[in-house]
Amino acid sequence: MRQATARTTAAAAAAAAAAAVARGARLYPAVAAGGFRRYATYGTATAAGVFTNTVFGFVLAYTYVALWDERPGLGGYDQAQALTFVWVSQSLLAAGALIGGGFQEEMQERIRTGDIAVDLYRPADLQLWWLAADLGRAGFQLLGRGVVPLLAGALAFRLALPADPVRWLLFAVSVLFALLVSFGVRYLLGLAAFWLMDGAGINLVAVVATVFFSGMLLPLTVFPGGFGEFVRVLPWAAMIQVPLDVLMGVHAGAGSAVRALGFQSAWALVLLGAGRLLQSAATRKVVVQGG
Amino acid sequence: MAPVDVPVRNRAVEGLRGYGLIVAMWVRSTMTYRTSFFLSTFGNAAITLLDFVAIWIMFSHVDALGGFTLPEIALLYGSSSASLGLADLLLGNTDRIGVRIRDGSLDTMLVRPVPVLAQVAADRFALRRLGRIGQGLAVLCWAVSELGVAWTAGKVLLVPVMVLAGAAIFGAVMVTGAAFQFVAGDAAEVQNSFTYGGNTMLQYPPTVFAKDLLRGVTFVVPLAFVNWLPALYVLGRPYPLGLPGWVAFVSPLVAVLVFVPASLAWRAGLRSYRSTGS
Repeated sequence: MRQATARTTAAAAAAAAAAAVARGARLYPAVAAGGFRRYATYGTATAAGVFTNTVFGFVLAYTYVALWDERPGLGGYDQAQALTFVWVSQSLLAAGALIGGGFQEEMQERIRTGDIAVDLYRPADLQLWWLAADLGRAGFQLLGRGVVPLLAGALAFRLALPADPVRWLLFAVSVLFALLVSFGVRYLLGLAAFWLMDGAGINLVAVVATVFFSGMLLPLTVFPGGFGEFVRVLPWAAMIQVPLDVLMGVHAGAGSAVRALGFQSAWALVLLGAGRLLQSAATRKVVVQGG
Repeated sequence: MAPVDVPVRNRAVEGLRGYGLIVAMWVRSTMTYRTSFFLSTFGNAAITLLDFVAIWIMFSHVDALGGFTLPEIALLYGSSSASLGLADLLLGNTDRIGVRIRDGSLDTMLVRPVPVLAQVAADRFALRRLGRIGQGLAVLCWAVSELGVAWTAGKVLLVPVMVLAGAAIFGAVMVTGAAFQFVAGDAAEVQNSFTYGGNTMLQYPPTVFAKDLLRGVTFVVPLAFVNWLPALYVLGRPYPLGLPGWVAFVSPLVAVLVFVPASLAWRAGLRSYRSTGS
């Protein structure tokens, strides 16, 4: 009798878990699709962003030409590879939300206004929800804001884009990991609003760190000595430097890309895990006011 | 529909007074979140610092970039940063007008007895931008102390004039960008490519860039007057487009002139505004 009850409870729990997985399998892709469509709505904003990325691409490209003219082979890149670095990283900026524009400002605002209580009440996981929405956004921005600047760069300068489709496939995986790492960092920033209330300061500090340590300003292999080695193991390296090396098959991405992808996935796991822990601490802290 | 109880006063004075009051309000509000304020001021300063560290790292590999030494580039970098910081502090939030148009809150500003431009410019006034100005000025001072320039009265005078006129030119670009948002609501980023993108460009010597680009930023959007032309005079170097020497001194004039199209664009934009409301 008791055994039978235990069996039915276990069966019910398993069925409930299966139902939750099935619901999640429908829910999160729908959230991601919503994220994609939401950003696809703003045509002018996308065009304006493409313009900005292209302008910055040109400015950086000319300075890199001057730098690599002066010092060929700097950082282990020839001039075409350095220019590839400029233009591909301009194409990844918006997708990775590396200089703002992701979800964390919105999440912080929801925490500040108390709307987060509604989110927590939903039958969906907070982290997975935002992750799905952010990946949807990134998917759009990879296409909408990535393709045109890269084409402009390829027309105006000689780039070192690989012809091997395997390289591009590895690059696509590496970009996905880069997006996960970027999300992991930004989710921690979003949650920080539970303690700080206003996220403007910490967001700015985070942008500074990302601009400098991702390789967006200058490839990390150009950074000198021990400091260079240090910045190449930080999570920000996984956002620009590593995907670029995987694409061009140099440095960490040369030969076996497995190590490069392993580096990225390790950071993704650590950051997403930290997000889980911080999320449970934050939700224990939240007090819903009003009536 | 002028307010009846207030005598007609100079609109500029009225605008500045309103601007001051709104700014004071936002400063008080900023100080409520003190940790965030200090973090963001630090972050603002660090942006410019790390930018400069990147240039410094470049110079750990080379002695000159485009024929310019590190202190010479620091002069360009510091002046452009300080100018942009100043413009950003005073007028930078005009780019929020797109949000105001979208959510309809611009209508509230239209009925208040303060010029709309003053309200838009002071909207969410961000005191943390002092950080960028401080960093830019610090690099500028370092550059001035390191440069082996034979200082004349004209050159000494030109440095502060360059920073202020540069700020005004950037400011005019910001006002024009805000006016453009009446036409294209989500286009705030276009203005970033001229302000932040322009700033990044002006940090490097003009010799690095293609001649066509130089013509564009000299004769179309006159960013070259922010710092390149005056700074090259201070350094005693020729401008690649071969302009006459007195051009170095016309930055203040250019700064005044660019506000003509900027204010015309602003007026046209504001006149064309039809609220989203029902």
